[in-house]
Amino acid sequence: MAASTKPARKPASPDTAALHRQYLRQMLLIRRFEEKTGEAYSLGKIGGFCHLYIGQEAVAVGSIAALRPDDYITSAYREHGQALTRGITSRAVMAELFGKATGCSHGKGGSMHLFDAKLGFLGGHGIVGSHIPIAAGAAFAIKYKGGNQVSVCYFGEAAANIGAFHEALNMASLWDLPAIFICENNGYGMGTAVARASAVQSLSTRGNAYDMPAEMVDGQDVLVVREAMDRAVKRAREESKPTLLEIRTYRYVGHSMSDAAHGTYRTKDEVEEYRRRDPIKLLADRMRGEGTLDDAGWEALEAEVKAEVDDAYTFAEESPEPDPSQLYADVYAESGEAKS
Amino acid sequence: MATKIVMEALSPTMEEGRLVEWKKKEGDAVAVGDVLAEVETDKAVMELVARAAGTLLKQLVAAGATVPVSSPVGWIGTAGESVDGGAPAAPAPAATPAPAAAPAAPATQPAPTAQPAPAAPTAQPAQPAPAAPAAPAAPAAPGARVKASPLARKIAADTGVSLQGVTGSGPEGRIIKRDLDAVAGDRPAASGKPGALPVSAARSSLPAFSDVPLTQIRKTIAKRLIQSIGPIPTFYLTSEVDMERVAEAREALNAAAGDQGKISFNDIVLKAVATALTQHPAVNSWWQDDHIRVWNEVHLGVAVATEDGLIVPVIRNAERQSLREISAATRDLAGRARDRKLKPEEYTGSTFSVSNLGMFDIEHFTAIINPPEAGIIAVGRIAPVPAVVNGSVEIRRRMRLTMSCDHRVIDGAAGAQFMKTLKLLLENPLALVW
Amino acid sequence: MSVMTYRDALNQALREEMLRDDRVFLMGEEVAEYDGAYKVSRGLLKEFGPKRIVDTPIAELGFTGIGVGAAMVGLRPVIEMMTWNFALLAIDEIVNTAAKIRYMSGGQIGCPIVFRGPGGAALQLGAQHSQSFESWYSHIPGLKVVMPATPADAKGLLKAAIRDDNPVVFIEGEMLYNNKGEVPEGEYLTPLGTADIKRAGTDVTIVSHGKTVAVALKAAEQLAAEGVNAEVIDLRTIRPLDTATILGSVSRTNRCVVVEEGWQFAGVGAQVVDLIQREIFDALDAPVLRVTGADVPMPYNKHLEKAAKADPAKVIAAAKQVLYLP
Repeated sequence: MAASTKPARKPASPDTAALHRQYLRQMLLIRRFEEKTGEAYSLGKIGGFCHLYIGQEAVAVGSIAALRPDDYITSAYREHGQALTRGITSRAVMAELFGKATGCSHGKGGSMHLFDAKLGFLGGHGIVGSHIPIAAGAAFAIKYKGGNQVSVCYFGEAAANIGAFHEALNMASLWDLPAIFICENNGYGMGTAVARASAVQSLSTRGNAYDMPAEMVDGQDVLVVREAMDRAVKRAREESKPTLLEIRTYRYVGHSMSDAAHGTYRTKDEVEEYRRRDPIKLLADRMRGEGTLDDAGWEALEAEVKAEVDDAYTFAEESPEPDPSQLYADVYAESGEAKS
Repeated sequence: MATKIVMEALSPTMEEGRLVEWKKKEGDAVAVGDVLAEVETDKAVMELVARAAGTLLKQLVAAGATVPVSSPVGWIGTAGESVDGGAPAAPAPAATPAPAAAPAAPATQPAPTAQPAPAAPTAQPAQPAPAAPAAPAAPAAPGARVKASPLARKIAADTGVSLQGVTGSGPEGRIIKRDLDAVAGDRPAASGKPGALPVSAARSSLPAFSDVPLTQIRKTIAKRLIQSIGPIPTFYLTSEVDMERVAEAREALNAAAGDQGKISFNDIVLKAVATALTQHPAVNSWWQDDHIRVWNEVHLGVAVATEDGLIVPVIRNAERQSLREISAATRDLAGRARDRKLKPEEYTGSTFSVSNLGMFDIEHFTAIINPPEAGIIAVGRIAPVPAVVNGSVEIRRRMRLTMSCDHRVIDGAAGAQFMKTLKLLLENPLALVW
Repeated sequence: MSVMTYRDALNQALREEMLRDDRVFLMGEEVAEYDGAYKVSRGLLKEFGPKRIVDTPIAELGFTGIGVGAAMVGLRPVIEMMTWNFALLAIDEIVNTAAKIRYMSGGQIGCPIVFRGPGGAALQLGAQHSQSFESWYSHIPGLKVVMPATPADAKGLLKAAIRDDNPVVFIEGEMLYNNKGEVPEGEYLTPLGTADIKRAGTDVTIVSHGKTVAVALKAAEQLAAEGVNAEVIDLRTIRPLDTATILGSVSRTNRCVVVEEGWQFAGVGAQVVDLIQREIFDALDAPVLRVTGADVPMPYNKHLEKAAKADPAKVIAAAKQVLYLP
């Protein structure tokens, strides 16, 4: 398992420029959306648990760029970034955070339970690690039906210590399932550094335990993430074999809105240190270097993203609450068989 | 330290009292229980007694004045102690016992009654605490619920059968369905067989009363009928009773009684009513807003006209009194009523009332129900009238009884059955000792 | 009508549904090459192959989650728990995802899955292998809970459960697998949510489910000899409960005994009692009584275990109590 830290150098082509611009926009959208979400939460417009993706944007953007529309994505509860990148509109996500009927889960799920069946976005799960077997199950179904989609699973490094992770990876490897297990290692499970939670620090080595190919990836560089993901997707589609990707990243904010960014478990200096490798800054600097981004372009991008986020916020504010009758809706399917 | 004398609530409904006459002068020595003054209440002239011993230091109220209940009327204290129409002087070692709660002077204290009078507007400190008076030697505590399964209650309600007197064969005397099946088997008059004499339930096992929660049907009847007819939805049942046999029996009895006291027609009617009520306790009931109190004891109110108005003294436990005793009680109570010497417990707590205007030659009238009672019987005159007997016209002494019923408590059928029993008893007077 | 064992009835149901619908597959420990720990899946590997009859490692949480994930994207898995005791390891997937995914996703994603296996006690298996958890699963909105007592019901209910679009907890019984009974020929489904009056009667209603149906019928037989005509209801589905059948019966008999294998506190019977007293209070001539397993972990010793179980004598005693018979 090679550690991937630098993308292969290629000259900037128009396609590349467009692609980088797409990555930049997507990362910036996540960043500004999450900042707005933090603001809305403090104003009481969002309730319950809210986990922000600030700092980890390159992981979602780089990995999802490698997927097809008919692939499946399963994530844990820090999933706004994956949801937006996958294609759930900012309006639908913000409205769901506000609990409105126009939310992607119709106000019934909230921040931790974003779903979009048409986009293959299977949630949004609240129990640490319990979605990893579910992602493996989606991979099982792909193989069962004879397709070549892939099933991608995002989880934090702390989830790599729970039973469900081990059971799922074992079976995925045993049965050659087309799954990609992405461990977003941001160094901390809430307030517990990975060194205090895990007997093994480089989690990618856990691939060994299951005879599963694994890579450790620099998650601050979106291009590096993309390349690693391409390898994993190829393996899944063409050989129906799983991969474990440990993508090292960093969250600049606290575990959730209720948690401190620094203080008891990490220092402000540490956070500042990591800010120097802000994924958005990294890509923007590269693009400036390649001549594919200038100040005007950047400002236009900022303005465009701001407009989208503000629009989502307004939409969410003005959207209606779910009808009270929705309390009892969708507990059970009507008897009868599934249509699909 | 001086003790204040206050205008006490000497009747449950009293709001003010007129101090008719002081019986002690300022400076007189007073012992606990001595009569201090006569006070006229809304009902009668009562005695205000001393709650403390000492000297009557001051009369704050003159004879003839009317003051509200609880206002001060005087002071008792140590001779020489200064009281200033209000606060006493510096505390002095008092030989006077601290004012105790009511029962220090049993002689003139209202004795504790079984039930406080209903709907007392003010709760008074002198109100006697509820206690069982001459309660029957019943195994169940007064106020004990009748235990019955929900099904048994429903059957009883639906068929108009009373749970009173039914022996329950379930645990702890619970009445269950099969107990009612047994009762249905041997119920006499109610099952429609003519000529079967109603039999009173064995009394020794009955509690004084039982509280029956309102069924939905009852609640609906109450609500709707009030809208149509007023606070108490009343209906009236009239029955003409042949009094020939009663007349004969009374003549014979009075001839034999000699000086022991004559029995009046009304006494016989009262006795018959009391007997009939024990067999129809549903009619001997109180409306209590959210439940009905079904009485097994019969405390019969007898309407008496006095100069000041109508008062209804109560013959307590009339179900246990003989004709002689009822007669004596009626005479005594009526007499004292006219003299306005009745105590509160003597004109409160009735479960059913009887009003007789026969002596004024009234043939028939409707009486007004005395809440919280549910029924009252208006007795008309006994007069010879032509009547059909065995196919031919005879002159018979007849009397019209009219019962007023509170439909929230008594349905037509229940009232009618009671009237039927009453008529049967009066037309077959020996049934009174059956 | 054919006569077959409860085990074979389940086997037929699985086979018929797998033939009918390609999306149905069976997954669990020892279901394939071993023909099933209790031989419920005997012959299925041979007929359908390893793609559809899948042996798993011992990883209940993992393979239950895999089943749930597969159901979420369109397959119709049957996940076998070797016993429901072990499903405690998987309960997070059943309760936190399978039961709730439709609701949390605002109706977008369902979970048409059957979790099946034997529950309750057998003989001297000890405390960890003798537990009845139907009241736990019945507590959860989003799940259905089914417990067939007879071969005919086992087949009809399993077929219906597999066709149901909701997650169904299907609890069989080790002690039931060998029981023989009449099973209708041909295709039939037994609807979920319908109880069955296994014995019509007039004097007292005995409500039962699973293994206690036989206990209730035995008690009814003995009561009949004493002149009491008991009606025995087999709930068949615990959630949703067939309230109409229960209430109809007790309205007629005016008295009820509820018997179950599980423990007393907050057991299935408590729900039945609540239903009856709440809806037809006035029909009751006596309180509703319950007969349950003893409130102890299951002991190993044969006689202690027998004393811990609901049996006909206990049901008869309760019935007599509500009949006010000595």
